[in-house]
Amino acid sequence: MATVEIKNVRKSYGPVEAIKGIDIAIQDGEFLVLLGPSGCGKSTLLRMVAGLESITGGQVVIGGRVVNDLEPKDRDIAMVFQNYALYPHMSVFDNMAYGLKIRGVDKAEIESRVAKAAEILELGRFLTRRPSQLSGGQRQRVAMGRAIVREPAAFLFDEPLSNLDAKLRTQMRIEIKRLQDRLGITSLYVTHDQVEAMTLADRVLVMNHGVAEQIGTPLEVYQRPASLFVAGFIGSPPMNVLDAVIDPSGQGVMMPGGALLPLARPRPSDANRPVKLGIRPEHLAINEDGLDTSPVLVELVEALGADTVVYGRLPDGEPLLIRMSGLPSCKEGDRLAVAPQPGALHLFDTATGRRLED
Amino acid sequence: MQRRVIFDNKLLPYLLLAPQVAVTLIFFIWPASQAVWQSVHIQDAFGLRSEFVWFENFTAILTDPNYVSTLRITAVFSLSVAVLSMAVALLLAALADAKIKGAAVYKTLLIWPYALAPAVAAVLWMFIFNPEIGSLGRLLNAMGYNWDYRLNGDQALTMVILAASWKQVSYNFIFFLAGLQAIPRSVLEAANIDGAGPVRRFWTITFPLLSPTTFFLLVVDMVYAFCETFGTIHALTHGGPGKATETLIFRVYQDGVVNNDLGASSAQSVLLMVILIVLTTIQFRFVERKVHYS
Ligand SMILES: Nc1ncnc2c1ncn2[C@@H]1O[C@H](COP(=O)(O)OP(=O)(O)OP(=O)(O)O)[C@@H](O)[C@H]1O
Ligand SMILES: [Mg+2]
Repeated sequence: MATVEIKNVRKSYGPVEAIKGIDIAIQDGEFLVLLGPSGCGKSTLLRMVAGLESITGGQVVIGGRVVNDLEPKDRDIAMVFQNYALYPHMSVFDNMAYGLKIRGVDKAEIESRVAKAAEILELGRFLTRRPSQLSGGQRQRVAMGRAIVREPAAFLFDEPLSNLDAKLRTQMRIEIKRLQDRLGITSLYVTHDQVEAMTLADRVLVMNHGVAEQIGTPLEVYQRPASLFVAGFIGSPPMNVLDAVIDPSGQGVMMPGGALLPLARPRPSDANRPVKLGIRPEHLAINEDGLDTSPVLVELVEALGADTVVYGRLPDGEPLLIRMSGLPSCKEGDRLAVAPQPGALHLFDTATGRRLED
Repeated sequence: MQRRVIFDNKLLPYLLLAPQVAVTLIFFIWPASQAVWQSVHIQDAFGLRSEFVWFENFTAILTDPNYVSTLRITAVFSLSVAVLSMAVALLLAALADAKIKGAAVYKTLLIWPYALAPAVAAVLWMFIFNPEIGSLGRLLNAMGYNWDYRLNGDQALTMVILAASWKQVSYNFIFFLAGLQAIPRSVLEAANIDGAGPVRRFWTITFPLLSPTTFFLLVVDMVYAFCETFGTIHALTHGGPGKATETLIFRVYQDGVVNNDLGASSAQSVLLMVILIVLTTIQFRFVERKVHYS
């Protein structure tokens, strides 16, 4: 077990800069999730920590030791790959024992460690099988087992669940969570699935174009997104973003249609400032009292069972998503008066997209 | 979706197969049966009469002490050619698989020897090994090593092994390179993270995963060494000095064409055929068990 520090790490492929300076210190035993869209550089960053990719600039420190120039084999880490990367010509037992044999662990110790991992992962019955004789979920578990038996300083995961079907993914996600609670090994986990990020992470690092947009606990990232990008990326369906202006008194935000939404904390210094206004679909409610709110035209209603998503349109033509719990109470062509819950407004700078702190 | 083509004409499929069947009949089945027929006959010196003699030709060959020595030479030659050409090809392929500058040029150059006619290749080797005009031959003699493959049988055998292997390296190289490139990079990365250095990765991961290719090439290279090295040996040593480089295939030619003993020559080619069949069967039975097919 150890800390993993990433200090101003950069990566260039020729003229292309894939990672543009990322800083984060992962605590001992912490589970950090790297979350971001495809191509943002998550795998690249992870592979630099693993030593599979050279580091263009900055430092990677594992357990207090700068590892920039160390081979992967000397970094005392274990990695779980997206395609599992099991050794196809070895039995499940040998797959898990390989790293231990190389490190000269004695035979009895190897057997006891593999047996223990096999028990945790319910692989006992498969130890003599080849990977090709296993299902996807079982292979996944062997890959986890191979990492566990090593008892490394840190675990690295590169989208380990993305090759599984939805049900198995949920099941394995819970298993990983349980393992992490039990073993408490420092982990760096790459995914583009926000549910995985929200459920597994102690902290999330949201990445975009090789830059860390925000680092925080899952709830912080959801409740106080640091930028428009994070706001749009986290939450499903995504946050509504509208063009708005702070009213002259600084007490509220003026919508394009003229409606005024009160701010939880007035910002007189920003009077008349144009802003991007973010409201999560689940924080909009149908306004029963018919107070002053924009009438929204309902274009499509998706009933998901537990809740309902309404695709609406504001008078000025802007789309607006509303998520309500329970079954639909409106239909296409209806006009609804909706209002945000108090304190549910997010303001962002129009130019930089950064959050305006309240 | 698969679609099956259905011909109304019952004759057409046979017509389409006919050329291949004809080639097989004319160039393989017919000469082979001729050889079998001749192997149980003795012809007079002018080829006018032939007499059915049962297995006399075979007993004559198998009791000939020279033939045993030919077998030994063939075994040494074939095994050396197969192992040497595969080892060199694997080394070159492993290097080509690594990220190097100019890899494309390097790969193309490695394939050239395959396109060279055996006689031309033999002349090139002569320019290297000839004790009077060959670069390496002269160097060896100048350094005090007594090099003359025209007098020393072991030296001659070494030289034909080198020449025959060299020609087969290209072929093996292509297959090994394709085999290496088919190994998922992440598996090797996983081994690296598990603590294996480059040499260990090669022997515990790469080599076992290459085993289907290695096995295939072993079979192909043995057949090559047995049957297709005639040109190389003929051009370089003529089977000499003495009979030091006379392999089975060369002796078939020697007895049949040069000594005009068609019966003995045919019996030898039948034996050669049997040996190859047995050898290949053994390879499939015993070596293939160790092969991992994914
Ligand atoms: N060998 C390379 N040469 C040039 N560019 C590369 C190379 N490898 C990756 N890149 C670029 O670096 C960027 C980051 O790639 P990376 O694989 O880290 O993305 P990712 O976030 O893991 O995406 P995904 O979710 O699709 O796996 C991409 O824009 C990619 O095109
Ligand atoms: Mg990736």
